[in-house]
Amino acid sequence: MKDKLTIAGKSFMSRLFTGTGKFKSSENMRQAIIASKSELVTVALKRVEVHNSSDDILVHLRDNHINLLPNTSGVRSAKEAVFAAQLAREALETNWVKLEIHPDPKYLLPDPVETLRAAEELVALGFVVMPYIHADPVLCKRLEEVGVQCVMPLGAPIGSNKGIMTKDFLEIIIEQSNVPVIVDAGIGAPSHAAFAMELGADAVLVNTAIAVSDDPVAMGMAFAKAVEAGRMAYLAKLAPIQEHAAASSPLTSFLHE
Amino acid sequence: MNSFKETFERYDWHTLEKEIYGCTSLDVERVLAKEKITLSDFKTLISPAAKPYLEQMAQRSSALTKKRFGKTMQMYIPLYLSNECQNICTYCGFSMINNIKRKTLTDKEILDEVAYIKKLGYDHILLVTGEANRTVGVAYLKNAIALIRKHFSNISIEVQPLDQEEYETLIAEGLYAVLVYQETYHKATYRTHHPKGKKSNFDYRLLTPDRLGRAGIHKIGLGALFGLEDWRVDSFYTALHLKYLQRTYWKTKYSISFPRLRPHQGDVEPKVAMTDADLVQLICAYRLLDEDVELSMSTRESKVFRDNIINLGITSISAESKTNPGGYAVAPESLEQFEISDERSTVEITEMIQSQGYEVVWKDWDRSYLVSE
Repeated sequence: MKDKLTIAGKSFMSRLFTGTGKFKSSENMRQAIIASKSELVTVALKRVEVHNSSDDILVHLRDNHINLLPNTSGVRSAKEAVFAAQLAREALETNWVKLEIHPDPKYLLPDPVETLRAAEELVALGFVVMPYIHADPVLCKRLEEVGVQCVMPLGAPIGSNKGIMTKDFLEIIIEQSNVPVIVDAGIGAPSHAAFAMELGADAVLVNTAIAVSDDPVAMGMAFAKAVEAGRMAYLAKLAPIQEHAAASSPLTSFLHE
Repeated sequence: MNSFKETFERYDWHTLEKEIYGCTSLDVERVLAKEKITLSDFKTLISPAAKPYLEQMAQRSSALTKKRFGKTMQMYIPLYLSNECQNICTYCGFSMINNIKRKTLTDKEILDEVAYIKKLGYDHILLVTGEANRTVGVAYLKNAIALIRKHFSNISIEVQPLDQEEYETLIAEGLYAVLVYQETYHKATYRTHHPKGKKSNFDYRLLTPDRLGRAGIHKIGLGALFGLEDWRVDSFYTALHLKYLQRTYWKTKYSISFPRLRPHQGDVEPKVAMTDADLVQLICAYRLLDEDVELSMSTRESKVFRDNIINLGITSISAESKTNPGGYAVAPESLEQFEISDERSTVEITEMIQSQGYEVVWKDWDRSYLVSE
């Protein structure tokens, strides 16, 4: 049985999603993404020349197995996000959107209130909405209720490469979620990606760690392997950490009296 | 609309039975060493193979319960409003075919019972009825809740399953929690024990917690009646139901009860016995599966058992219960639904709890915080 990830009826063999930012050249980006085997690649709408079909990024990503996922990075409110998503739908001919609303230009932290508002509106407009959010279990349930197709909680501040700093919250989200959970942001090393997958994440999204490494192609490949290994370990069920509890006064001796 | 039915139908009773009884001590050790217990691990923990690890499970259950709930024990008391019933349940004293005197409390009788209960100190009450929709329908329940609500900060019911709108009506009136036990998740066995009446509809009962969740209830109590079928498989289904509900109606709280068949009018022998050790194992397994779920213990169980279970994972307990309408003050001699086992007074029970280092909690909720939307 193939272990496929399905989002909004679309199946993915690879559980590694990637991005297009921060690469030294478009050609380097293309090679790294191909090496990563990623089938879903997010592209910032603000970078795309929407009315120019020979746009550099788009040209370099014309590949059968690569699906473009426009993101709304750069918008600061629900209103702007909805507008951007509609532009993206027109320009890239996809109703998928990675919803990112970060009014704060320094840490690019998502605004949960605006995100929930925009998600509700975009779902009603027929979009497949993939929201980038804090690792907030309640927000994830609220988003699920308005009809998003997955949730994308962050592992650490975006671009920080710190790894899975939100582990306890991600575990709650994974336990409770009825939609795929994709860990987005903060993954700085293949071991971080593997760890997220071992926790039970359905996929991870990695951009900076691949783009700014000395060899993005090799790093793309390394992430592909790490994600596969983490997923495999999750399915095979990790062996437990052994603890030896000291016995205190017996609680069940009354059963033998 | 999504419901538990789709989840329920993905599982097969006999496969589960084989999986549970096929667990080995190696499986148990692997599960006990884990930090997070899954539904699949729960099967291992309720298996016969886990019995030798009971003390270890009990220690962990005790510690987890203290971590989450502190050293507290919530008190509640049932108030039987009526024994009228149009169902035939082979194991129940109120079954339609039993020739007993039927009684439904009047407003005055309800208030007399309440006055008695208030003197004992209770602030959480559980209203119980049979299923007699013409006389003890939604209108009766609505009236009863309105009548008593100023006396209690928390009102629960254990009555016939209702429609979503009916629950919404009662919630608006002040209802906090609904207990609805599936009795058994084995469809054929369910049919045998509920041959007549509205209760014979397995699916309607199965989907009651879904209707409650949609109605926005604060708390849902689940359980299976142990004795009708294999308690292990029934408990797996209950845990499956719990996990489904927690994922779907995530704003609702949940509690689990563990009724074992007790002697009553019109006896039916338990098909599958459940020993005290089995019940301890099950309670601990629930706690290991879920740190937050409330686990409730009634007076069906014996004094010795109840004294010892305080420490093991239980978070709420009843005392001095009467299972006949009017049993406290109005008509103490009328026939009970079942014989309770622990007949000690509320004072004796609270002293027993306090002597084990637990605080007795009468109230942990106040309706006045609710703002109607």
